[in-house]
Amino acid sequence: MGKEGKTFKEWFGSRKVQRYLVIFTFMFLPLLLLLMFTYIPFGKMIQFSFYNMKYIGKRTFVGWKNYVEVFNRPEIFKSLLVSVYYMLGGFVQLALALFFATMMVFKVKGESVFKAAMFFPYLISGIAIGFIFKFFYARGYVLDSIVAMFGVAPENIPMWLQDTKINNISLAATSVWRYTGQNMILFLGAMMSVDSDLYEAASLDGANKWHQFKYIILPSIKSIVVLNIILSISGSLSAFEPPYVITNGTMGTGTYFVMMNRIAHENQKVGLASAMAIVLLIIIIIFTVLQKLFFAYVFDNGTDDESKAAARKRKKQAKQ
Amino acid sequence: MSEINEKKSIGNIAFSIFKYLMLIAGSLVAVIPVVVCVFTAFKTEAEYQSTSPLSLPKSFFYLENFKVAFKQANMARGFLNTAIVLVVVLVLSVLMGSMLAYVLNRFKFVGNGLIRNLFMFAALLPGIAMQVTIYQIMNALGLINHLYGYMICLMGTDIISIYIFLQFFENLPVSLDESAIIDGCTYFGVFFKILLPLLKPAIMTSVVLKGVGVYNEYYASSLYLQSKELKTISTALYTFTGPYGSQYNYICAGVLITIIPILVIFLIFQKQVYGGLAAGAVKG
Repeated sequence: MGKEGKTFKEWFGSRKVQRYLVIFTFMFLPLLLLLMFTYIPFGKMIQFSFYNMKYIGKRTFVGWKNYVEVFNRPEIFKSLLVSVYYMLGGFVQLALALFFATMMVFKVKGESVFKAAMFFPYLISGIAIGFIFKFFYARGYVLDSIVAMFGVAPENIPMWLQDTKINNISLAATSVWRYTGQNMILFLGAMMSVDSDLYEAASLDGANKWHQFKYIILPSIKSIVVLNIILSISGSLSAFEPPYVITNGTMGTGTYFVMMNRIAHENQKVGLASAMAIVLLIIIIIFTVLQKLFFAYVFDNGTDDESKAAARKRKKQAKQ
Repeated sequence: MSEINEKKSIGNIAFSIFKYLMLIAGSLVAVIPVVVCVFTAFKTEAEYQSTSPLSLPKSFFYLENFKVAFKQANMARGFLNTAIVLVVVLVLSVLMGSMLAYVLNRFKFVGNGLIRNLFMFAALLPGIAMQVTIYQIMNALGLINHLYGYMICLMGTDIISIYIFLQFFENLPVSLDESAIIDGCTYFGVFFKILLPLLKPAIMTSVVLKGVGVYNEYYASSLYLQSKELKTISTALYTFTGPYGSQYNYICAGVLITIIPILVIFLIFQKQVYGGLAAGAVKG
């Protein structure tokens, strides 16, 4: 009865209606965009992967043929092998980042200058980095001059981008150059969350730098290191910009995405490209699930609390 | 006892020297490729042909290469377009991201968990791979070759800011909302008057991270902004692959023109940039 007595204004002003109104208005656009640019394309990608088609024109259903082709085309398989270079590069990058972050945990004068210098490459666009390294590796220019300074005869200097034995290393190195500083900042952040008293206490107890690294620093960043190892694996599978800009994927430098880009936009084999995308997605999902399982079993949970708990435990031990 | 101390201090000095040597080496490797580019950008044609790329230019006031690069790649247009895209995309993503995070964090309703998971899963999808079919949708909606189409596309594939805001809301006490509501505030009022101003650090973080991403974005703009007057700064820079193939004095000048704005912003907002990275990293 009371309900009928309410005016529209009262009804509209009620908490419950207000609640739904705010939920609806605040979520409408983000969800619409999510649908339009993520889930509809995703659905279409699955659908297209079963068709032989171009962007425009007739489509024919071909079943699993595109997937079979993904695994049987030699250039696609080769592009997965190219990813191995980026994966190894990823490990080098993590090791370097860990090393430099460790150096910076101990008091460093001019820390912000070193940090900024090493981090800045991360902010440069992939295209600009491409040009910088095209110039860097070009015959007779930067790297050749540096190598010559160390007394290497010109005829012994390899062609950094043309020699198929080393060109993928040259390209993967640009990735290492770009991301090492960023990883370093991440690691440093985790290391800094350890109480600095701990280092002092440890050095008073006579622990050397290696022990400090092994027993204080490493445990505090274990989870973020593992996370970055997994990220660098999926990152290396999706490497795109270095070969795309510097060599355009020629001379055996085409990564999976460079191949996919070519197949999708130059050859217009949309179905095959979609199948490639789905295969990559499945690989990435497998790695993500492995990561989740790893965190669940090794650390009990996937949060950073682990490092804090470890730090606390060690502090206790140090006090005893 | 004193012997031990002495040993230790010698060890410490040795470690210090090692530490600084390594840091200097690391910084040099990070900086040299860019510095060489700076040298080259200030060299005259003749100088560029005849000197080593490692040598300093005769003068740092020779700006001809910059003028040519700026004009040739039509960078004025590129900067204008990028600036428009930046402002619109940043404002709207901050608003949408924070509103969505507010609703997901503060209200319990059917589908809340599902929506969170949908966004989580979206972050896993490889961006470049998705463009194969996003291209079709952009085409069907007539969004190709319009600046607004590109902006909508960038906002639609933005997950990072949502994460940052969700995390920030977790640490904002609900009692803030409650007391405002008791005072007669509507939910909209709570969000815009009380919470949004408190989100400032998260807004800074997301603006800086997203801003760098948008400024450097190349792939989508190369697909969706193909006409000449719609070039962004990245696609403008990419035009140097053609006619200037190996005239690196011009190319380096072009590269530097695009890097300088981001360097300035980085130097001003260093703390936010580092902090934002750490915030994003927890999520992975």
